[in-house]
Amino acid sequence: MIELLTAVFLVGGAGFMLIAALGLLRMPDLLTRMHATTKAGVLGAGLIMVGAAIFIGQLTVVVKAVAVIAFLILTAPVAAHAIGRAGYFMGVPLWSQTHTDELEGRYDPETHILASSSEKPSGNDDQPPRKTSDSDSSRPG
Amino acid sequence: MFDYAIFVAYALLSLALVLSFVRLVLGPSLPDRVVALELLASLTVGFIGVAVVATGRSAFLDVAMVLALTAFLAAIAFARYLEKGGHRIDD
Repeated sequence: MIELLTAVFLVGGAGFMLIAALGLLRMPDLLTRMHATTKAGVLGAGLIMVGAAIFIGQLTVVVKAVAVIAFLILTAPVAAHAIGRAGYFMGVPLWSQTHTDELEGRYDPETHILASSSEKPSGNDDQPPRKTSDSDSSRPG
Repeated sequence: MFDYAIFVAYALLSLALVLSFVRLVLGPSLPDRVVALELLASLTVGFIGVAVVATGRSAFLDVAMVLALTAFLAAIAFARYLEKGGHRIDD
């Protein structure tokens, strides 16, 4: 019974990781590739860890497996957000059929100034320079 | 039966490793390669999980934990490098 449950979790997790790799290979642009790998990859690794915890069955192993899963779930969205943000500001092209780009024309990647819908990104002397907010928002962790 | 399941899990993970390596080689941009590297790291975590079941040595789980940590730090460092120090595509 334990072996059957472990086998289901291992093969299921490996299958999800295969789906993640397939999405990474087949998706059209950076953001959709990240969408595939982050979610399916974390789910696959988590399922495999659950399988290992069930198979070994000792308390220390279960705690370690839960720690790995919690760490993956906590860090994967943060890493994906950082890479997606960096890719967008680098100018990585979006998919040709991208429907909505809210930041298009409103964000100056050089000065990191975000303009609202009514004002231009440059030529506004009333606003103080926003360099501090730039270093705040991109601090890792 | 159980050995067969472990073999299938290894085979699926290996195929996923090959696919993400193809994306790592193809690119086309540096963030794409970083995403591929991140998937390679979590695939390795999955390999370690299967190896724990196959060999019964639970000490490998420590390796998985440390690997997940360093993969996260590498992704954050790459993102910071791309945003602050990397050359831009548009110049």
